Amino acid sequence: MKTINLTVNKRKYQLNVKENEILLDVLRTKLNFTGTKEGCGEGECGACTIIMDDKAVTSCLILAVEADGSELETIEGQSIGEDISVIQEAFIEENAIQCGFCTPGMIISAKALLDRNPNPSEEEIDIALSGNICRCTGYYSIREAVKRAAEKKGGNK
Amino acid sequence: MSEEIIGKDVKRIKALEKVTGSAQFVHDMEVQGMLHAKMKLSPHAHARIINIDTSKAESLPGVWTVLTGKDLPYKVGLYLVDKDILASKKVRYQGEPVAAVAAETIETAEKAVELIDIEYEVLDHVLDVKDAVKEDAPLVHEDLAELERAPVFFPQPGTNIAHHTKIRKGDIEKGFKEADYIIENEFDLPMVDHTAMETHTSIAQWKPGKKVKLWTSAQSPFAVRNLLANGLNLNHEDIEVVVPYVGGGFGGKAGIHFEPLVTCLSRASEGRPVKIVMSRMEEFNSVPVRQGLYSKLKTGVTKEGKIVAQETEFLWDSGANADYGVNVTRAAATAGVGPYEIDNVKLDSKTVYTNKIFGTAYRGFGHLEILWAIERQMDLIAEEIKISPYEFRMKNALREGSVTVTGEHIGDSHGKVTECLEAVAKEIDFDNRGSDDLKPGKKRGKGIALLHKAPAMPTNTGTAAFLKFNENGTVNLTVSLVDYGQGTYTALAQIVADQLKIPVEKVNVVWEQNTETQPYDWQTVASKGLFMSGNATIKACEDMKKQLKEVAAQPLRSSVEDLIIEDEKVKIRHHKDKCITFKELAMGYTYPNGNAIGGPLVARGNYIAQGLSNLDPETGQGLPALDWTYGAHAVEVIADQETGEFEVVKIASAFDIGKTINKSNVIGQIQGGVIQGYGSAVMEGYQFSEDGKLLTNSFTDYKVPSIADIPELKPILIENAQKDGPYGARGVAEHPMISVPPAVGNALHDALGVKIKEMPVIPEKIFELIEKKNNS
Ligand code: FES
Ligand code: FES
Repeated sequence: MKTINLTVNKRKYQLNVKENEILLDVLRTKLNFTGTKEGCGEGECGACTIIMDDKAVTSCLILAVEADGSELETIEGQSIGEDISVIQEAFIEENAIQCGFCTPGMIISAKALLDRNPNPSEEEIDIALSGNICRCTGYYSIREAVKRAAEKKGGNK
Repeated sequence: MSEEIIGKDVKRIKALEKVTGSAQFVHDMEVQGMLHAKMKLSPHAHARIINIDTSKAESLPGVWTVLTGKDLPYKVGLYLVDKDILASKKVRYQGEPVAAVAAETIETAEKAVELIDIEYEVLDHVLDVKDAVKEDAPLVHEDLAELERAPVFFPQPGTNIAHHTKIRKGDIEKGFKEADYIIENEFDLPMVDHTAMETHTSIAQWKPGKKVKLWTSAQSPFAVRNLLANGLNLNHEDIEVVVPYVGGGFGGKAGIHFEPLVTCLSRASEGRPVKIVMSRMEEFNSVPVRQGLYSKLKTGVTKEGKIVAQETEFLWDSGANADYGVNVTRAAATAGVGPYEIDNVKLDSKTVYTNKIFGTAYRGFGHLEILWAIERQMDLIAEEIKISPYEFRMKNALREGSVTVTGEHIGDSHGKVTECLEAVAKEIDFDNRGSDDLKPGKKRGKGIALLHKAPAMPTNTGTAAFLKFNENGTVNLTVSLVDYGQGTYTALAQIVADQLKIPVEKVNVVWEQNTETQPYDWQTVASKGLFMSGNATIKACEDMKKQLKEVAAQPLRSSVEDLIIEDEKVKIRHHKDKCITFKELAMGYTYPNGNAIGGPLVARGNYIAQGLSNLDPETGQGLPALDWTYGAHAVEVIADQETGEFEVVKIASAFDIGKTINKSNVIGQIQGGVIQGYGSAVMEGYQFSEDGKLLTNSFTDYKVPSIADIPELKPILIENAQKDGPYGARGVAEHPMISVPPAVGNALHDALGVKIKEMPVIPEKIFELIEKKNNS
């Protein structure tokens, strides 16, 4: 057991974890951030994507102890009450959602992209989201949603 | 309401919950006191179980229950009851569950599974359907004669054939005599996985009095309840099945999966709730897949390009259990010559057991598989008889007045496949196939393929809908169709809004499904959801309108006939200022003096498929189809003449959907479906080692399309109304993926002149064909 400190969506947590515990499991079962999903547990589907110290990461491949001291952002941190983020709005407007299981991971990958690159080209969007599998939408609407979100944000010009 | 709501892009119901991560899937659920289950899987494709020693696992602290096949003397099955919950005497595929543990933590359960010792005697196995139908093939089910079965399926004891559907139309011998050309080809495709992003998961809680409550990631709550009741000998009313958000299905969550196992584990664990979650590896290994298919087609054609005879054999690789496979075998046969009119047909469609993970329903229900063969055969014939693939299809396509293989007459309520073909060919400029603008060594190719499919379902398939008013004049609609992404609930809300003349925001479609409280629905499969639940919803609305008018007639001092419904009010037709709001009527109308009439308003509607009949076992004649949705794809590729590398540049896809209720959701179905079909076409497929071990059991080895793989796509909607569909609509959930593979194959054939007959179409295989062509 080891005591770690995490900041998740700006709130601070201190907790005891086993050395081999996976960050995704800690987020989902110990801290109840179940918006972050597990689609494979092997780093291949992107459902578990979160932002860790400003970078999109697949939390199923990270040990909780490795995240000690980090700032994490999950889907739950993207909205405050009824106020949803511009990216979330864009996903709704473009109908970039079907079953919704990949959606949190997609939105987080999009957030990480737009944070570092406010005006991504289509190719840059594709690269940033190529690790996120969606079996429902065929991706077209997701690509449009990211473009729309970038536009809405005014591209941070 | 001034604006037309049918056809409008109303925002998807529950979109907010999904984008905020607050939508709760069974994956996310915990029930107080819950235990975790893990399964021990067979390492062998075919082996006798000699001994199972569970003593070490049982003594591990934290373990509540260890079950093996001996503890579970039940078989389950949809049509042929051939599946053990846990393998009993022998294992029939690698990955088959043999034992299961319920423990306090998932780690303990995993540890306990490792401590279970199983002694096997390995048996000869069979992996290929062509081997499995040979006389001396190892038998997957020796007890085929004793198995319980639905009367419309015909297993052949002493063989590996679980079912055989025959279609006979006209006189096949005569047909071949009339032919100027006879062309024979064989086609293959492997098993593929649904890869819904939420793996299968279920929680069961056993209760005193032989009752159970289940939360499960299922497409069809009532099918789960019915099959569980039959399998474990429980009463229907004692089973409560709850389905919250479901992370994709595609047919893979139809029927029943691990619900019986967790029920038995909970029962054996003093009623502690037990949860099972498939890991992705288990999802690939132990959860059923789309069947593989071997097809042999022999076609007789005249000089003029008229098909006069079609002889077809389909051998379905159903793996170790029949599950949905037998019904896929049957349903696909009813569409078995494609959307063409052929006078003389002899078609045999057989479900064949092999020692592999078993097959089940998958979006398209066999039609993607058969149309791979049919639509490739069309182009191989067109090449041989030197006719354009477009002309050849136009000459033979079903149209008004045609008779299908099962004897159905195409009428004016059917869609038009020819219009779909025209539209896609135009969209990719099919006739213009030059390569002059390309780099040397690169060739452009264009391919087209048609498709059709009707829902595959029992002749008496039914559904129902409830409507109730809330105190504020809004309504709740309850159906038991599950919306796991199709968007059907949004379309149903639009129907209610249009029928009752209320804003769509005031229609709440009850999301969570529960067999205790919802009306019956057979299953959420077959692209029949909007059609059937839409019709039931319209009937419920009519019932509601009648009740609103009946109550309002008294205070308005009017006859019911003189009342109309408009702007959330009941009004007198010619004195519209005399009216009563829905809100005033919702819970019963109260007069100023306190007298009250009516009562809380509830309404119901139901719908049952009309006029369908069972097929004749010898000829396959009958009416199996509620509604046929037709479509076509056209594909443009650029391919390398030497290496076989290729790029799909564009896909155009047209469907005759009758009527668009929500365009954005229809387009969503088309985009998602086409890309799933594209995955089947160019990258997906199960591979097994010689000893029957699955080699493609992770997303590393089993690739599905990513955002970086998708070609340009142009969806086209055609609307020739279906008379008995809601507002004229037909289903279009499965269709987009059907016939994408042959359209790609045809385009590559066109570009490189290679006779591709095997899916998936990958550069390595094309390279081999190029070499073969160059050497001959
Ligand atoms: S769950 Fe982490 S990448 Fe799939
Ligand atoms: S919406 Fe279902 S996986 Fe993306």
